[in-house]
Amino acid sequence: MRRRDFLRHSTVAAAGLSLIGRPEALHGILSPTALSPVLSDDRRDLAMRALNAAQLAGADYADVRINTNRNQGISTRERRLLGVSDNVTSGFGIRVLVDGTWGFSASSIVTTTEVEEVARVAVAQARSNRAAQIEPVRLAPYEIETDGRWQSPIEIDPFEIPIEEKVAYLFDANEGALGVAGVRFVNSSMFFLREDKFFANTDGVVTDQTIFRCLPSMNVTAVSDDNSDFQSRNSTDIAPMGLGWEHVINSDLRGMAPRLGEDAVEKLSAPSVDPGSYDLVLLPTHLWLTIHESIGHPTELDRIFGMEADLAGTSFIYPLEDYLGSFRYGADWMRVVGERSSFGGLSSVGWDDEGVQPQDYDIVRNGILNDLQTTREQALWLEDWYESQGVEVRSKGNSYAQSWADVQFQRMPNVNLMPYPEGDVSVEELADGIERGILIDGHGSFSIDQQRYNAQFGGQVFREIRNGQIGGMLKDVAYQLRTPEFWNSMDLAGGESTYFMGGAFGDGKGQPGQSNAISHGCPATRHRDVTVINTARSV
Amino acid sequence: MSDRRYLSEAELREITQRALAFSQADHCRVNVSSVVDGNTRFARNQMSTSGDILSNTLTVTSAFGQKVASSSANRFDDESLAEVVRRSEELARLVPDDPEYLGELGPQDYPESDSFYESTADLTPDERARAVATVTEQALAEDLISAGFLPHRAGANCVATSEGLFVYGIDSRVGFSTTIRTPDGTGSGWAGSGANDWADLRVPELGAIAVQKAIQSREPRDVEPGRWTVIMEPTAAFNMVNLMVNQLAARPADEGRSFFSAPGGGNKIGQQFIDERVTIHSDPEDPRIHSNAFNGEGLPNRREVWIEDGVLRQLNYDRYWAQENGREPTGFPSGWYMAGGNDTLEEMIASTERGLLVTRFWYIRSVDPRTLLFTGLTRDGTFLVENGQITHPVKNLRWNETPIFLLNNLEMIGQPVRVGSGLGSSVWVPPMKVRDFAFTSTSDAI
Repeated sequence: MRRRDFLRHSTVAAAGLSLIGRPEALHGILSPTALSPVLSDDRRDLAMRALNAAQLAGADYADVRINTNRNQGISTRERRLLGVSDNVTSGFGIRVLVDGTWGFSASSIVTTTEVEEVARVAVAQARSNRAAQIEPVRLAPYEIETDGRWQSPIEIDPFEIPIEEKVAYLFDANEGALGVAGVRFVNSSMFFLREDKFFANTDGVVTDQTIFRCLPSMNVTAVSDDNSDFQSRNSTDIAPMGLGWEHVINSDLRGMAPRLGEDAVEKLSAPSVDPGSYDLVLLPTHLWLTIHESIGHPTELDRIFGMEADLAGTSFIYPLEDYLGSFRYGADWMRVVGERSSFGGLSSVGWDDEGVQPQDYDIVRNGILNDLQTTREQALWLEDWYESQGVEVRSKGNSYAQSWADVQFQRMPNVNLMPYPEGDVSVEELADGIERGILIDGHGSFSIDQQRYNAQFGGQVFREIRNGQIGGMLKDVAYQLRTPEFWNSMDLAGGESTYFMGGAFGDGKGQPGQSNAISHGCPATRHRDVTVINTARSV
Repeated sequence: MSDRRYLSEAELREITQRALAFSQADHCRVNVSSVVDGNTRFARNQMSTSGDILSNTLTVTSAFGQKVASSSANRFDDESLAEVVRRSEELARLVPDDPEYLGELGPQDYPESDSFYESTADLTPDERARAVATVTEQALAEDLISAGFLPHRAGANCVATSEGLFVYGIDSRVGFSTTIRTPDGTGSGWAGSGANDWADLRVPELGAIAVQKAIQSREPRDVEPGRWTVIMEPTAAFNMVNLMVNQLAARPADEGRSFFSAPGGGNKIGQQFIDERVTIHSDPEDPRIHSNAFNGEGLPNRREVWIEDGVLRQLNYDRYWAQENGREPTGFPSGWYMAGGNDTLEEMIASTERGLLVTRFWYIRSVDPRTLLFTGLTRDGTFLVENGQITHPVKNLRWNETPIFLLNNLEMIGQPVRVGSGLGSSVWVPPMKVRDFAFTSTSDAI
């Protein structure tokens, strides 16, 4: 989605948000859910019983999430249906705080006796953990919403579209790619999610939200005549979005399929890149992932404080006082915003998973690190910084759990790089002035260290830039970066007309691992003198 | 923990029969998993989050002729079962024929696999907290900062079909992982392991290893990227070998889009492609590598030797691809064993003039599927070895390498040990010393 459309749609989203507290207004937008096995009134009653049981058992604070998730997946290859599945899972999770120590328990058996039993298990578990307590958990203040309603701004409920229409769409798209000489394999799929999420806590917060996600995708493979080479092209121009069936229609996988096939075939004969230093033009279909890895993750406050040290890692932003308010991420005009309000953003919600209405905030302002991702527990870790800035000590609303069975913790909002503020610079203008460079379209291979310094990224399509002209295709390209130098090597970015929101469903973090879904909007960018390696090998 | 348990064989038999009774399809299969998960997580030397979760899932696959679809749910009352069966049938009636659908299996003979231990199933939050405290206390005593995770799982899964198949298995797993860092942020050490039986997991010893690595890894120095002799501890060796094991599939190889494709067509079965000291097998009956005795279709997972003396002996064939190629379907190895040699880690170090000792690799991603080229980094304990001794810690390095190249450059190989610190299947891999491993840049990450 282009930034212009995004801004236009944001007005619609704002109107959507005005529905808060008017549940009757939701009817007509969303068809009734025949599949939700737990009715709204039942959920409220179950939630109150759970919270009451937790408090009686000794919890100082408790929250409960009762969720029903439905997902539908359709996958095909060439002219064959690989699988169709339609899945529903429901259950609840209860989190409690006892003398400053967390406990969490969950169950798929949604009954009054089970919610009370699970609440007691969570409290007992918190007591087990309390012995080792060093610093008790405290929670930052927030506004209490007693009847919050929100839903993703969908136009067409994807679960209302007949399955045969979806299969026919994919088969049709596959034919478009198979019609290209040299294409041997096509895999395509559609995935839809609807999550009904009911939240209540002992502060009196009650929210009821319905979240949709949608992704049509395709991967095309061309094989050389003698089987000595194969190359693939993924439909990275289409991002997963928090939208409905209209996203499938608007993204036009069918129309795009022949071009994906042509790209895969052209890669077979493309010259292999000469390794060395190049100027790069990164299209937003590629750049969103670099933003995710090198700006999104290192600015998670729990990582900076060591809470994720055993798996996801920590952050190069350490010690915090040497970075917050002074670390130069990039040029003066660089602005990065944490937004859970982005239209169609995968992380967009009305309230987070501890009942906080998310704020939009500048993670990078005027090129300087300005703020970090927080939950209620973590906002207080930045008390001194916020007070020195005259800013309210408040969670950014970045708490999230992937399902009823998982405890909520800090997860990334949509982290968006704003377009160049001084004119609508085009991709061609970015290429202009490059003597020796490469344009990268689409995300590919990606890897970054546990503190988010050293990264390596591939892509889908690489085009040579010579003396300002974008030319033919290259292959076997990957670039390596060190985060601080890389963003400071960005000397220009595209304007609003180049803005696009990419994203992913499977952003992993936590133990046990949880998947977050996030979007990252960004323009095209230009970076000077980046190290490019050649990834071809002979074995 | 309360007495909330995963479902018993009798309960699962009753539930699956009730679901099958609602079926009007030509073929129907019901898969159920019922699992109790527990975990305790710690960071900054105290518990951070934990969880105790009961989770049941039932999936129905319905077929009318060659038309097939699936649906799942997690409520098992009559109304919910009827609904999930109806939904899968409704979808199946609407989709086009799948020419590769072979129907459902009838009763099968299964290997004996016993990977369930009460000690793991009965682990309580109190016991988890006490085990974790044996590590946080060691870290505190050395003025270090510990983080880590102790998950365990016990549960059942079953497959039942309209053709009369019913198979049920139970399994328990436990893991432990800890990363211990120095307060100045210049040192980090890791240790971890997994087990089926809680009694086999030595948490305090793992904590002591991570403490030592954290202290020894303080203030690392730069070394130049390039081709290095590398001594891989078993976890690091597993990180690399696993990349190859994951690709042992017949169909992509036969289709010309896998490393295991043979030039000119077909696959590489029968070819020697790596060092002759490499042998990898899976076997549900092998007590070291207990793994599921059946797959999701109810097909038995039997002993398979995938690679023998460096020769590719077998690839994973599903039922359809096996039938097309006149072979037996194989199932897929969830647990596997890589045979080793008698070289010890100490001997590998003592015999090295200049090389690197690696604890584990991290953020490994595919770069080029044609050559199984992957990239990743070292992490939490990387040391320079000079003239037969560990001389000092070094900064982490990014590599771009293929396990095929590595297993052709094998210098020494030790005794396999169980690896993996989460709830993965039992996998055994030896430590290895290899030459000419390709590091492409350094990282400042600690």
